[in-house]
Parts: sequence; C-alpha cells; structure tokens
Amino acid sequence: MSAISTPFPERSGAWTLPYRGTVAMTCLIIAEASIFTIFVVAYLYYAGKSLSGPAPREVLEIPIFGTVCLLSSSLTVHFAARFLHSGRRGAFLALWFLTILLGGIFLFGTGSEWHRLIYERGLTISTNLFGTTYYSLVGLHASHVIAGLIMLTIVFLFALADRVGREQSARVEVLALYWHFVDAVWVVVFSVVYLIAR
Amino acid sequence: MSSDTMVLQNAESAGRAWTGILHEWITTVDHKRLGILYIVYALIFLVIGGIEAMLIRIQLMYPHFHFVSPQVFNRLFTMHGTTMIFFVAMPVLFGFGNYLVPLMIGARDMAFPRLNAFSFWLTAFGGLLLYYSLLGGSGLYGAGNAPDVGWWAYAPLTAHAFSPGHSSDYWTISLLVSGFGSVGTAINIIATIFCMRCPGMKLSRMPLLAWLNMVMSGMVLITITPLTAAQLMLLVDRYLGGHFFDTQAGGSAAIWMHFFWIFGHPEVYILIIPCFAFLSEIVPVFSRKPIFGYPVMVGATVCIAFVSMSVWAHHMFTIGMSSYANSFFTVTSMVVGVPTGIKIFNWLGTMWGGRIQFKTPMLFCIGFLFQFLIAGLTGIMLASAPFDWQLGNSYFVVAHFHYVIVGGILFALFAAFYYWYPKITGKMMSESLGKLHFWLFFIGFHLCFDVMHIPGLLGMPRRIYTYEPGRGWDTMNFLVSIGAFIQAIATLVFVANMVLSYFKGKAAGNDPWDAWTLEWSVSSPPPPYNFAVIPTVASRRPLWDLKHPEDPDSHYE
Repeated sequence: MSAISTPFPERSGAWTLPYRGTVAMTCLIIAEASIFTIFVVAYLYYAGKSLSGPAPREVLEIPIFGTVCLLSSSLTVHFAARFLHSGRRGAFLALWFLTILLGGIFLFGTGSEWHRLIYERGLTISTNLFGTTYYSLVGLHASHVIAGLIMLTIVFLFALADRVGREQSARVEVLALYWHFVDAVWVVVFSVVYLIAR
Repeated sequence: MSSDTMVLQNAESAGRAWTGILHEWITTVDHKRLGILYIVYALIFLVIGGIEAMLIRIQLMYPHFHFVSPQVFNRLFTMHGTTMIFFVAMPVLFGFGNYLVPLMIGARDMAFPRLNAFSFWLTAFGGLLLYYSLLGGSGLYGAGNAPDVGWWAYAPLTAHAFSPGHSSDYWTISLLVSGFGSVGTAINIIATIFCMRCPGMKLSRMPLLAWLNMVMSGMVLITITPLTAAQLMLLVDRYLGGHFFDTQAGGSAAIWMHFFWIFGHPEVYILIIPCFAFLSEIVPVFSRKPIFGYPVMVGATVCIAFVSMSVWAHHMFTIGMSSYANSFFTVTSMVVGVPTGIKIFNWLGTMWGGRIQFKTPMLFCIGFLFQFLIAGLTGIMLASAPFDWQLGNSYFVVAHFHYVIVGGILFALFAAFYYWYPKITGKMMSESLGKLHFWLFFIGFHLCFDVMHIPGLLGMPRRIYTYEPGRGWDTMNFLVSIGAFIQAIATLVFVANMVLSYFKGKAAGNDPWDAWTLEWSVSSPPPPYNFAVIPTVASRRPLWDLKHPEDPDSHYE
C-alpha cells in the first residue's frame, strides 16, 4: 500500500455503513408497495360499481387456511435465517423447506379458488369490473408469491448442495425480507378484498 | 520474438480493435462508461425529439398550412413528448448521476454494477420499442405507425375502438420497460449513497449533487411505479378484456388521469431536482464561495419531494372535481413554490459577494435562475383553479412547461455538460463556441417561449393541427417557429463544440475549474477504479482542505 500515495489524511476511527442488500431490498419494497397501492386504490374505487353480476358477496369465500399458511411462513423464514446465522444447517433446511411448502399451499389455494370462480361461477377478468380488479390485484400478489417461491427454491437447492453457509446469511436475510413483504401485502389484499369490499 | 510474429500480432489486435472496443462497451459494468452510454443515448434521442419539434413548428408556422397531415401531427406531438421526457431527460440525468455520484462520494463504483448495466439496457431497449412501432405498429401486414394518443394517453383514446393496431401497445410496453430500468437505477443510487461513502463522508458532508440525486431516486421509487401500475391495467384492458378504463362497463376515464398524474407531476420534480443539483455544484465554484445555506438546501429539497407528491390533480382542474379537491390542490401547488423559492434565494446568496467568473457553465446557470423563476410564476398562475379553467389546455400551458423543461432543465443540463465535459473526456470545451451556443440558444429560447404565452392567452388550444387566419395568432406562431429554428441551430453549435473539442480541445488536467469536490482529485478521464486509495474527508469541500491546509473548512463545520 505504501507504494501508492494519497493526498488525503489517514482515516481515523471506525467507519461502518449499512449492508447494501438490505438497503436495496427496502427500496424495492417501497417501489412495489407503491404499485400495490395503486391497484388497491383501483379495487376500492371500483368496489360495488360493476354494472353486472356476479358480486363479490355472492362468489367469494374467505381463504382462511391459505392465509394462515402464508402468514406462518413469515415466522418459519425468519427462524430459518436465524438458524443459518447460528450455523445450524439441519434446522435451517427444515424450516426453509417448510416455508416453501406453506407458500406452495397458499398458491394452490389461490389457484383452486380461481378455478372454482372461473368454471363454477363464470367469473373471468372480463366479466365485470369486480372480475377485472379482483384478478388483477390477487394475481399481482400471486405473481409476487411465485417470484418469491422461485427464489426460495433456488436457495434451497443450493443449500442441499451445501453451498449456503453462515457467510451467505446476510443475503438470505435479504430474501427473507422480501418474503415478509409478500406476507404483509397479503394482509392488506386480504382485508380489502375479503373483508372491506365484500 | 521475431519481427514477423510482431507484425502478425499487431495486425490481429488492429483487426480486433473495433469489435473489441464494442464488446467492452456493451458488456461494461463500469459506472462511468454506463454514465456515458446513458448520456450519448439521450443525446441521440434529443436529436430525434428535436426534429419532431421542428416538424411541429413548421406545420404551425402559417394558418391553414399543410406541411404534414393531421394524423402525422398527432403522432409527432405524442412521440415528441414521450421521447423528450422518457428517453432524453430521464436517461441524461441518470447518466450524470451514474457518472458523478460514486466519484463525488469517494466510491469505486455503484453498489450494484451489474444491476446498473441491466437498468441501462432496459432503458435503451425501451426507447427502441417505442420507435419500433413505426415498423411494427400495424402488425406484419402493413406499414407501421407511431402512437398518436398524446404523451398522457387519456382514456378512452387508448381503447381498442380508438387506437387499433399495436402502436399504443408499443408506447405502453416501452414505458413499462424503461420504468423498470429507472427503478433499478434509483435503487442503485440510493444503495450507493447509503453503503459506499468513503470514510468521513457523513451525510451532512456529502456534496449536494449526491444528496439531491438520492432524494430524486426516492421519488422515482414512489412515483414512477404508479405509472407502471397504470400501464399494467391498460394492458389488462387491451389484451385480457378488462374494464379498468372502460366507461361502458362502469370503468372510469378520470381514474386514468389520476394515476397518470400521480406519476406525471412528481416526474417534473424528478427531472428538475438533479438540475438543482448541477446548480448547487456549479454556482459555488464560479462564485468562488461555498454554497449558501447547505442544510436549508437539503431540507428544501426533501420538502419539495414530499409536497410535490400531493399536487397532481392541478393538471385536472378542467375535468370538474369537487370544490374541496380544487382548493386542496390549489393550495398544495402554491405551497411547493415556497421551498423552490428558498433554493433560488440560496443560489443568489451564494453568488452575492462572490468573485463571479462568467464562464459558459455559469452563463447557463444564470439563465436558469431567471427562466426557472418565470416558469415558477406562470406555474403559480396555473395552480389557481379559476385561472386554470380559463387557460387549461391552451398554448399558455405549453409555454409554461416548456419554460420549465427547456429554460430550466435543458439550461442546467447544458451547464453540466460544459462543467463536467473536461472531467469525462479530458479535454476543455471551446469557450467561444460555448458563448455563441449560449447566446444563440438564449435568444431562440426567449423568442420561442416568451411569445408562445400570448396565443395561449388569446385562446389558442394546444394540440391543434392548424388554425384559422385572422385570430391574432398568425404572427405569434411565426415568431415562435423562428425561435425554435434558432434553438435548433444553437444545438448544432453545441454538438459541433463537443465533437471539435474532443479532437482539438486543450487538455483539461485534473482540476480545470479549481473546484472542491472529490471527482476533481482524480485524473481526467478518471481511471477505471476511480481512486487508487479510497480518500478520507473531513469537510464538505475536501479539495479546499487539500489546497488550503492552513485554513481548512473542517475547522468551521
């Protein structure tokens, strides 16, 4: 180092800055939250404005089981990341797999609900305003669940190959942050679609 | 090694040279190269958008003129607006941000270099998609055409019935794609500033350019995304038979306006805040004084960012909102003038008592100060709902926002070009050509856009293809067009200056302006790694401290 001269004074004291992954994921979450806000506003604005049926009250059933699964996956991913940090590989793998499973169950729930709505109730995205806003909002959330599941699965495969260790725990935390966001958005979507505007 | 093989190797490397260089530029993840790519890309689109503007002005030179057809006219103003906002202003500002932010905060690159390259290429292909519509807008069986729905694409113009073919889909998808690029770059700038500052570079010591780019990036996260959401809805409507903006199925055309302007108005501030950043760096250097009121500048910027997100519906007074909404948006729109005024006073305070050097960058900055003030004043006029009912959708509005975008943003950009060109290329730009550029552009600008207010006041609506003679608009429109041509000539002088200076300009050295921020401490152009040793700073003007060890800033801050 002494070969390179610097005109600036020597550094003094510790200099720590936040981890870039966490900062970037927080920014992405802010941006995504803004997209969801617009879709939620559209849903609320158009609630009850459909000119033809079916209305939400007639066809929607509250997906309690799927919701419980998705929300508990937030807990499992949190503890999985913590176990990785403390170096307990087995516990990490088990909880990580449980997270994927719970997310998958939620996605299956959404899929079967859509199947029922389309084939039994005849509600599609072009049926009425309710269909348009419902499928867009829930579908936007489901697409985020799918993206999350793909990333969780990739990490799981790498972990099976023993490529995920304590050094990667900061990165895994970033993915966990995204998964918490997906869950938090579901709380809003669930309240708006199944409770407030039903 | 024999001379034969030497020759062979040379021939090989000469043959590979241009493909090698091209490969280097296409695969680069260096923030400086990506910054230059952004800037060059924006300049190409500036020429395209400028030609569209010239065609519009030729058409409007005389009453009942038939230079282009009405259909082509609609396409021209749509493409002109979309190109200038999304593919000139945004990329050029991101380009400067990309180039300067890491250098100014003492970092070797952005936080995510590959995300940076990805964002640039998204933006680049977004622009290509928009213009691909000229070929593929009507599908494979016919000549294409350009989108003709206006840059804000109000519903129901975008419905299938009024916008057949795919031209408006290309518009939608190109904005969607470039919007993802913008969000990627914004995330990158924020992460860079939070996580990559050199030791000692506290937030309170950061150059204002970095501060303002951070605020701008925060706004991008919150306000570009509503446009993304609205474009997704539009795609659902057009391709999946949705009814978001379909009034016949209970949808609302007004809600598209809301979604568009929730993006559209803050967008103006996304564009102007980096220009404030340029001024906050250039004005102090050419006044030979530190910036006046640094914390107030930061506070005013954050304040503008917050308030500007609650003013959008002042674009919609004429659609008939409730009196409460009208009052709310009138008040917020006027309030945003207060922090903006504070900034203007701070720049004047910086100049006050300074030894001002009237170099070309400073001339453009002073032009900015006058013009941005006037643009702000007509903005306050239009923010008043009753006044807007009279003049909404008239040429007065067109004159107002061109005063902001050309008189404000473009002047600040020219200042930035003259100021940082020596750093980017290592060559000084010609001062005499620069002064010619400034005066020509200044005269052309005022002839064009000062006069343009008057036909607006006399009732000339915007976006009309042609007009009747004898309404008092004829001479005005002729003068406006002449002003536009003078600006075009001035821009050619600018381009010539850049090209000539690149080959013939005198060497700049590290620090041609005797400036104070870190980018001037490295060679021009900077090495790929920026800093051989990461610097340590103790004040807002690290280079002042170096040059004046007997009286460093760090004693006073």
